[in-house]
This record gives sequence, C-alpha cells and structure tokens, in this order.
Amino acid sequence: MIYDVAIIGAGVIGSMIARELSRYCVKACLIEKEADVAMGTSKANSGIIHAGYNDKPGTLKAKFNMLGNEMMARVSKELDVHFKRTGSLVLAFNEADFANIKELYYRGIANGVPEMKILDGAQARAMEPNVSHDVIGALYSPTAGIICPYELNIAAAENAVQNGVEIFLDNEVKSISKEKGLFLIKTSKGRIRSRYAVNAAGVYADAISSMAGECDYTIKPRKGEYILLDKSQGGLVHTVIFQPPSKMGKGILITPTVDNNLLLGPTAEDVDDREDTRTTAPGLEEIIRGARKSVPAFDLKETITSFAGLRAISSTGDFVIKASERVKGFINVGGIQSPGLTASPQIAKHVVEILENEGLALKEKSGFNPERRRVLRFNEMSLEEKNEAIKNDSGFGNVICRCETVTEAEVIDCIRRPLGARSLDGIKRRTRAGMGRCQGGFCGPKVMAILSRELGIPMDGVTKKGGGSKMLAGKTK
Amino acid sequence: MIETDLAVIGGGPAGLAAAIEARRNGVRNVTIIERDREPGGILQQCIHSGFGLHIMKEELTGPEYADRFIRQAGQLGIDFRLNTMALGISPNREVSIVNSYDGATAIKAGAVILAMGCRERTRGALNIPGTRPAGIYTAGTAQRLVNMDGYLPGKNIVILGSGDIGLIMARRLTLEGATVKMVCELMPYSSGLTRNIVQCLHDYDIPLALNHTVVGIHGTERLEGVTVAQVDTERRPIPGTNRYIECDTLLLSVGLIPENELTRTAGIEMDSATGGPAVNESMETSLEGVFACGNVVHVHDLVDNVSRESMLAGRCAAQYIAGQRGKNKDARVLFTVAGNDVSYVVPQRIRSEYVQSESKLFFRVKREFRQAKAVIRSNGETIYTKNVLRAVPGEMESIAISSDLLGRVKGRDIVISMER
Repeated sequence: MIYDVAIIGAGVIGSMIARELSRYCVKACLIEKEADVAMGTSKANSGIIHAGYNDKPGTLKAKFNMLGNEMMARVSKELDVHFKRTGSLVLAFNEADFANIKELYYRGIANGVPEMKILDGAQARAMEPNVSHDVIGALYSPTAGIICPYELNIAAAENAVQNGVEIFLDNEVKSISKEKGLFLIKTSKGRIRSRYAVNAAGVYADAISSMAGECDYTIKPRKGEYILLDKSQGGLVHTVIFQPPSKMGKGILITPTVDNNLLLGPTAEDVDDREDTRTTAPGLEEIIRGARKSVPAFDLKETITSFAGLRAISSTGDFVIKASERVKGFINVGGIQSPGLTASPQIAKHVVEILENEGLALKEKSGFNPERRRVLRFNEMSLEEKNEAIKNDSGFGNVICRCETVTEAEVIDCIRRPLGARSLDGIKRRTRAGMGRCQGGFCGPKVMAILSRELGIPMDGVTKKGGGSKMLAGKTK
Repeated sequence: MIETDLAVIGGGPAGLAAAIEARRNGVRNVTIIERDREPGGILQQCIHSGFGLHIMKEELTGPEYADRFIRQAGQLGIDFRLNTMALGISPNREVSIVNSYDGATAIKAGAVILAMGCRERTRGALNIPGTRPAGIYTAGTAQRLVNMDGYLPGKNIVILGSGDIGLIMARRLTLEGATVKMVCELMPYSSGLTRNIVQCLHDYDIPLALNHTVVGIHGTERLEGVTVAQVDTERRPIPGTNRYIECDTLLLSVGLIPENELTRTAGIEMDSATGGPAVNESMETSLEGVFACGNVVHVHDLVDNVSRESMLAGRCAAQYIAGQRGKNKDARVLFTVAGNDVSYVVPQRIRSEYVQSESKLFFRVKREFRQAKAVIRSNGETIYTKNVLRAVPGEMESIAISSDLLGRVKGRDIVISMER
C-alpha cells in the first residue's frame, strides 16, 4: 500500500488535517505513537476558542486565529461537539495592565476582531459579579468561546476514519527516508510508504522534521499545569477570565468548561523533557494564587483533579506551516501553540492547499460526509427521549458512572464506533465516565468489566491509557 | 409514576435498617431504591469481621451483617428496586429514578429517607503533584476489586491515610501476597479505630509513619514509586525529609465525603462541618417529610451506629406518614453548636417533645484528648459535664439527650466543648 499522504501525529492538528483531506479522493493515513488520539497537547490545554487580539497583525497566529474562530461554529456543529461562545474578559488590576489591555484592543481592531469593548471595573463586575474588587477595567470580546479540546480532536479523527482515512495507533515514527520519490516511514510497528508526509507531531515536530532531513526550526516544550474543580464551582464565572498576557503566555485564566466544571491555569514553565507532564507543588500553588487574584471566591475543596500539558513553542515565534524546500513533499505543521486549537480548522484547510500546490491532485469525493454524531448522552436527554432510548436499548437504563450519569449504552457505543475507546481514559474522554468528582472510584471496576467483555480481553489486560498502564496485577489467590 | 408510602434512597446498612423499622412501625408500602444489583451496599465488600458487636452482640462479617437485614426486609415485604439510580428529589417528595425495567420515571412517596452513604476522597482532591499513571486507587475501590471481583490491584503497595478502610486493606492485601511497604498518615494520630491499627498493621509488621504524606507520584504508564515526606505541625512537608519508595500501587484512605448531590439539588439545608444535611432529633431534614440517616448525614466509624441511627429515622418517618408529626410548627427548637475542639454535632436541631428514648448527641473532637471533660453549656452556663478518659478524632463521641439535660437548657443553644 502506498498512501498519497501520511500524517504524523493524531493530535487536533493532525486529525483536522486528516478530516480535511478525507473530502477528496486521496489515500491518507494518520500515524500516532500513543494508543489513542488526543494524547498530547490536545488533551491538556485551556480549551479556549480565542477572539484573536493576542497576536501581532501579520503573523500566521493572528490570521489563522481569526479564520479558525469564525469556522468553529460550523465545524463544531458538523462534528457534534460542545462549543459555547461565552465571550472573554482580560482583567486589568492597575494602570500598567490597563495600558496593556488597550494595546490588545487596538491589536484586535487591526486583526479584525469584532465587537470588543473596554469596560471599567464596575462594568466588568456587573458582567461577572465574582471577579475581584481590585479590577479597574477589562477588555471584553464576545466572540471568544470554550470547547472541549479532546472532544474536538476525537470527533475530527473519527470523522476522518469514517471517510476512509486509515489510522495507525501505537506506531512511533523511528525514521523517515525517501526512496524512489516515496517517503518510507519506519515505525515501532512497521513501514508506511507515502507520496507526501505531513508533520503534525506537536512537541516532537522538530525531531520528526530532522528525521526527514529538514531542520530549520526547533521546538521547546513549555509546561502548563491546571486544576479542575467540580461542577459546583462551574457557575462562578460565565466568560473566560484572563489576566494581561506576558512574554510567557496568556497567564492564569479561570473559565467554565463546556461540561460546567471550572478550570484554573495554566502555569508556564519551559522544560527540557518532552514527556514531562508532571504537576508540581509550586505550580499548583501558583495557579491557586493567580486564579484567586482574578476570582477570589472559588472553593478549592471542590478540586477534582490537576493535570499538565506541554505547549510546542517554536524557535520562530510563530506557527511553522510550510512545505520543505529541501525535502520535496514534506510539509511541516509545527509550533502550534495557542491559538492552535482555535486555528485548527483553518490550519487544516491551509495544509491541504499547500499539498495541492505541491502537486497533490484533489478530486472531491462524492461520498464524503462532514457530519459525525457524538455518543448520545443520557443526561442531555429529555424524559421522553430517555424512555425512548431505554425502550430501544435497555443499556440506557443502566447508569454506570453516577457522578456524570453515564449509562452502559454510552460506554458500549464509544467502544464499538470507528476509532473506538480501548482504555479507561479513552472511555473517560469519550463519555465522561470517571470524569466526575469520585474520579472513577465507583465506575472504574464496572467500566473495566465492560472493556474486558467488549474487547474480548481478560480483566487484568485492561489499561488506563494503553501501553504498560495495566490497571490490575492479576487474580487474587 | 410509581406510588409508595416511603421511598428509601440507598439499600446499604442505613437504608435497610430505616426501611425495616418503618415497616415494623406500620408503614405499608416501603420501596428501597438501590443502584447495585443487590442490597447491602459497601458491607458486601467488607468480608472482614467486627460488625454487629454492639447491636447484635456477636461478631459478623459485612455480608453476614447485611444478610440479617436483607432477610428481614424480604420477610416484611419491602419492595427493592435494584439496578436503579435515583436522579433527583422534588419538594413534593417525587424521586426521579432510572433503570432498565421501569425506564426513566418517578416514585411519589409519602416520606423519603436519604441513605446514599458516602464516597471516598480522591487523589485530585488532595492535589498530590506528579504524574498520572495507572495504579492509584482509593482503598474502597481496591477492596471491591479484591473482594468482589477477585483481582489484585498491585503487588508493592504504599497506603496514604490511616482511615479504617486503608488499614483493613493493608491486612487484606498482605494476606493476598502483596507487600504493603508503609502506611503514611498526615496527622500525628491515626483516624482509624485502635483495634484496626493493632489487628491490621502491628500484627503484620506494617510500618505506620505518622506526620508523613505523599508529595510526589512517579511513573508514566504504571506507578513506579512515590516520594514521601515528613510534615511539620502545620502539615507542610519538611524540606530534606523526602524519601523515594518504590511501589506499583498507591492506595488512598484519606477520608469519606457524604454523598449529597441529590440532597443539595433538592435545596435541603446542609451543614458544612459534616458535609451532610442538617437534621433534627428525628433525623428529618429541612425539607418536610424527607429524613436522612447513616453516612449521608455524617461519616460513622461503626456500622452498628449507622443501623441505630437509621432505625430512629425509620420510626420517625413512620410517625410522619401516620400523621403524628409535622403539625407542631411552632415547637421550640434548640440548636446544637460545636464549641471548643469539637468539629461537629449531630443532630443540629432538637425539638424537646419529639426526643426519643435513644436520642443522642453525636460529636467528634478535633484532636487527641486524655483525661478530659466534655462540657455542655447553654446561655453560657454549664449544664452538663462528662469525664472522658480518651477521645480521638477517629472515634465518635456521644451524650444521651435526657429529659433531665433538656430541662436544664436555658437558652436556645446547646454548645458542646472539650476541656482538659
């Protein structure tokens, strides 16, 4: 098998590119080193659809942010993922901050961000009564929003697979060479040949690029730690609450999530290890301190979990999205830090245009279906819908996860669909079973039993997230 | 819509005892809503003995203890709705439920008893820094895996927290061939029962490290080790005391939280000190006709006490259904208050005319006491003193609510304090 295009990395960027390519009669594959999609940066970020005032006019970040933000309404509808245009506030606590948000305002105007407003402290508190009394002003942008990043990623990958893209999970790329005009990609599991190769490898993008023989940029991981609070705290704010940005990033934000939790973070710490997603005591303290500055009232006792992700910071300071001049047919899509999630639909579109410029023939596929339906969620149904669902499938009457009211039917659906879940975390991210306040304490053993039954594997073969992450050590005596 | 006289949410020890007592006191139709496939609740996975010493005067295992109640409930014709999840309670006592045989519907009840029990505090709630590998379990989940499902969660184990379930699991896992390397306890004393420290740790030479906590979690796929550190009197890790302990499993036994999402969404008044609904002497919540008992009200150390408290709730609910209650709205209400070194008091409100013969004030002390006094004051005046030889936060204290005591109450408050 020779693929037209091999995409390396099944994060949100690789998956969106795969989906975009699946519109055409192109044989494409998606290669991922982990056991599931959305296992790197795409599963651990703020989940913000940015308005577009942060980046300097003329940068790819600024341009693609604007276009991606506009596209998100349609894309989220097609992929049936939760997206809320909540708006955002950047708070100013002193005159220097106020000058900073004014600068953002003018940058936003230059970028074409619509309907922004500069508010005074009282107006900001009228909009968000729980923000600090120390706030003297804020930049309001109604077009900012929130999305669940791994939900978008999984949906895009699933839709790509539905439309014919092949996916190779657990395939870590070891080398890339060119033979007779074709890329030969050797992975931990086998060999893949393709005419074009797209590098969407996140924090490993520079390493993958070097394997192919192109090394005109480097990636430095920057860690961001987060704290997630229970739904009891989700109503404290309704918009995304930022602090004025610094050279390290957009600062500690506090935001509701699409699932009505409250998210605090991220920190920004440059690290060397590309797998270092450890949370740290100083990091967690910094988040709490920073978030309290904006919104003092949250109850830390309602913490559900903390986690960390790595942003891919490129040496160029901007997204690196271009065809290699040295290696024909190799497309770099690197340095996709914030606003990468927002920009992802536009980046996908742009990459497909680059491939066409590089000679890939794009003939539209008649059977392409842009729509994908999410796992039906019992707790989002009306009473009539619930009864109808139970009548058709009694599994909807069996609640497995009680914190999030997830039923057996939902767990089974997410295992059986294309690109189905294979691990506890896979199920958690697809159905929210185990995502709530007891963190899988009650549903964990039940979900393990369903996975074992559905996949035909022994209980002690069930993993948390693939690989060696086995949940059990074996049977008792 | 299903109609019943009494709906009991939860078929664990609290729900069973309450349902049985209500039935014995004349309630015709009693329905227990249970999410699991069998009643008994957490007792079913507690295969160790030590249950029933107080109320049955014999030593039973958890399943045996549960079985006594399940049999009685069966003989009394109590209706069990198993594999059924309660999703909400309305002010007019309609409990919305879902299961695969009734569908999504509601149970309309004359009275409701909340008996949902509690859940375990997790790693996330503690904000332990580090990686997020497989192999981190709450002690209760591990207990279920071992005792119900027949699987060993891991082989080299560190336990954080010396709550009773953690201690019981230290022994259980040792008997299953695992190595329990240590039990860390943040506080200078264990929150578990003394008998469990002796029978589960000392008897198996498992070290208990008081004033210690886990400050780091290592390993990407499966847990590879934890960093433990000694803590100071403010419970902050002391620099330089870090120790790496190799292990593949971390069990957390760091506290239980009354499971009150239903209670909160029903708008019932809560007590932030217990994490449960505020109740009166009859175990009735702020919502008329809705009673609560067991760990959903406050976390108990002994199931015997849960059963006793639940029988009180069941009897009072029966009286309410029979129309013998709730009419006297102007009754004089006394409020209990946690005073010096007392973390909470249950019940939170007392109406003298409804006090039952077995009614007690239950409270927990905030720290360890020896040769101390429990003192009750009202309007600033001491009205009761009791000598306490030893009191620890892990063991619940109680004082009977006698008519003599109530007769001495001058104001509207009853303040319990601990004094040297």
